[in-house]
Amino acid sequence: MISLTINDKSYEVDVDPETPLLWVIRDHIGFTGTKFGCGVGECGACTVHLDGAPVRSCSLQVSDAQKGAITTIEGLSPDASHPVQKAWVAEDVPQCGYCQSGMIMATAALLAENPHPTDAEIDDSITNICRCGTYPRIRKAIHLAAGNKGEI
Amino acid sequence: MAISQLNRRNFLLSAVATTGALTLGISLTGCSQDSVRPGKNSETQTFNAFISIASDDTVIIQVPCSEMGQGVFTALPMILAEELDADWEKVTAETASADKAYHYRVGWDDQATGGSYAIAGWYAALRQIGAAAREMLTEAAAEKWGVPVAECKTNKAVVSHPASGRSLGYGALVGDASKRPIPENPILKSVDDFQIIGQPKPRKDTAAKVDGSAIFGIDVKLPDMLIATVKTSPTFGGSVKDYNADAALAMPGVRMVVPVPAGVVVIADSFWQAHKAIDALNIIFDPGPHAELSSDKISETLQMGLDEKGLVAHEKGKVHDALKDTNNEILTAVYDTPYLAHACMEPMTCTADVRDDFCHILAPTQFPTNVQRVGAEITGLPLEKVKVDVTFLGGGFGRRFEMDFIEQAILASKAASRPIKLIWSREEDMAHDFYRPISRIRYRAAFDGKTGQALALECRLASPSILARVEKLPMDKVDRVMVEGLSDQPYGFSNARVDFIRKDLGVPVGWWRSVGNSQNGFIRESFIDELAHMRSEDPYQFRRRLLVAEKRHLGVLDLVAEKAGWNDPLAKGHYRGIAVVMSFRSYVAEVAEISVQEDGSVKIHKITCAVDCGTVVNPGIVEAQVISAVIYGLTAAVDGEITIQNGAVEQSNFHDYPALKFGELPDIEVHILKSAEPPTGIGEPGLPPAAPAVANAIFAATGKRIRSLPFSKHGLTIV
Ligand code: FES
Ligand code: FES
Repeated sequence: MISLTINDKSYEVDVDPETPLLWVIRDHIGFTGTKFGCGVGECGACTVHLDGAPVRSCSLQVSDAQKGAITTIEGLSPDASHPVQKAWVAEDVPQCGYCQSGMIMATAALLAENPHPTDAEIDDSITNICRCGTYPRIRKAIHLAAGNKGEI
Repeated sequence: MAISQLNRRNFLLSAVATTGALTLGISLTGCSQDSVRPGKNSETQTFNAFISIASDDTVIIQVPCSEMGQGVFTALPMILAEELDADWEKVTAETASADKAYHYRVGWDDQATGGSYAIAGWYAALRQIGAAAREMLTEAAAEKWGVPVAECKTNKAVVSHPASGRSLGYGALVGDASKRPIPENPILKSVDDFQIIGQPKPRKDTAAKVDGSAIFGIDVKLPDMLIATVKTSPTFGGSVKDYNADAALAMPGVRMVVPVPAGVVVIADSFWQAHKAIDALNIIFDPGPHAELSSDKISETLQMGLDEKGLVAHEKGKVHDALKDTNNEILTAVYDTPYLAHACMEPMTCTADVRDDFCHILAPTQFPTNVQRVGAEITGLPLEKVKVDVTFLGGGFGRRFEMDFIEQAILASKAASRPIKLIWSREEDMAHDFYRPISRIRYRAAFDGKTGQALALECRLASPSILARVEKLPMDKVDRVMVEGLSDQPYGFSNARVDFIRKDLGVPVGWWRSVGNSQNGFIRESFIDELAHMRSEDPYQFRRRLLVAEKRHLGVLDLVAEKAGWNDPLAKGHYRGIAVVMSFRSYVAEVAEISVQEDGSVKIHKITCAVDCGTVVNPGIVEAQVISAVIYGLTAAVDGEITIQNGAVEQSNFHDYPALKFGELPDIEVHILKSAEPPTGIGEPGLPPAAPAVANAIFAATGKRIRSLPFSKHGLTIV
């Protein structure tokens, strides 16, 4: 049995300890907001927080996630009121939307550590892929959520 | 089009009042459509196949196209809501299940999303449907009040009679209204009265896409559902020889192993268990007839093709005399473009529930009615027993037009007699796409050296054919989608000819965002740039000169030149390139501004776009789609290439088939030309000019002409 804390709730799951956290979250716990894009840590669609830090859950064994507090997009806020989610709505960011949970989780973690990132810092830290090319609106939304004045 | 032509069956005459789970009683094919509707608290009545109205005047609109990011979930309801005079804040969208009611009324007798056709194909019909419903609601109110219809007004889902101060919401009128005769010729609004169309309304799907609640194909859950994954022959045309089912079945959670065409599906309790078990199967494949195929061999075949007899795709006058006359200025160039994968963000997924007497398919698909037909074919059930619901699509780009993953899910569920959700790995997705066709083109052009007259343009294209598979195109017919952008090229040459030399190579090819225009746009606009250079003319002015009869081409060309400051001095070390391509009846011109760094790497600073897509329904979505298409096109141009070795694709995931990310992207600015023409496509037309605009700027900067893609082949990196 593996014990996990996800979105402030405890879960016990009977899985192979090598199972990537992503699939435990999706198939066993049932939170499907966290997405599968590549399975090899390249795209960021599966980004969740482990003790506040962004992790690519497709590349983290569930046994290594036992000690920490896991947050998924469903737990970022109870009602989409996290400043990053609000900024995403204000800029009408998503297209297909598939990458957006990962983008939002990566951004929320960035802003928690660096409340006013510059464009260069965004370039360096948000390495997620969006095949729809929503990057320009994401950049605007990050600055909006950060309360940055104008482009930096 | 009069509403009577809109097929009367679409207007359901008996309003079905339901409580609790919303039921849309549009049962034209007999299939029930109730199980996946979201629960609604308010009482809702069905008006017709497109419209339901709740007692609180909320209007629920069935969207006949698939939402794959391009915004149909918002833009199509906007068109209908405008004429209906609905309250936009209280409009809800739902993706329609597969049904004849949702076939296009013009141009395409199917429920399908592609060819940048959603808005173009539905604009007139949705206006008619909305206007007819508005008239019926108004008449119902007028009858109730005993007043002339002409004295009644509608606004924000309310009918009012100003003279007597009475008003009623649509929710109170829908029952009576839906029983009324359908007006033959509903009166449409004047465009000056539009309140919704033309506004940058926020998308209706944004809320669900920022809190993780949007349901994509991969998120479907059904009771008793199991999860499956698949592995098929890496070699195209290969087949399964042998595998160790027992080894897989001995693993925890593994329930069943099902053979499918050219591969094997493993069904398990969870994806990870299925994924692990696929390896344990140790499948031995027979590589089939293409085991020796390689990119090198393919190049040779195409190269030889350029000198073979082809089919004439277009001919105007005779090109040969001008091309032979040594007094003329002649230019010849050969261009190559590679196979490309779609790499939709969501790998292929499909859920199927096949039982003895019905089949339910829930899929992120661009082609719901074909899914229904495929379901009926595989299960042997009549069409009306096959229900197809469309989830959100995690990208489509043409890939989700195909049926391969749908068939596999149906076969797996049929074998298991329970719901199966099939999820492909990214590796399977990359190795088994229907790729953008590879192509090789030889262009020749002749100009009168003295007068500058454009005498002849000859184009020979050697490539596989998409329609060979899709339409079983015979060998003696030109594949019209392979030559789009070539045979309809707009420049004023006195003589022109396009030959198509078909080469079937064994690698599956299909619809890739903007189809033939994606590679042909790059090649044509690069060659036009070469000709401008040969003539020592400014590339923008040269295009203007040869497009003198092409008003809409000129419109976007002039707009982009103005907005990009084509004639203004550039920052030191900066260079520009320009390109213009019409595709899907929309016109897009783009200017790229770049600089070359000391180490030879290229920085793309900015892409300025000018777009004429006729009437604009939602400028916010148009802007987003053009930016999206530019990024998709640039990603491919910079380092997108699928290569073949031993009959199989060499790339496997995003590490070797990368996507542009933050930091590699230019600023992209979109300018929309004001137009009263009917709306035309916007999901794709932004793509074709992007690569040639950048390549032409690279030539301006370096004198190096890029005649093959991707740029990375030429040692060019983008910073
Ligand atoms: S799915 Fe985890 S990084 Fe792509
Ligand atoms: S919105 Fe589609 S992949 Fe990002």
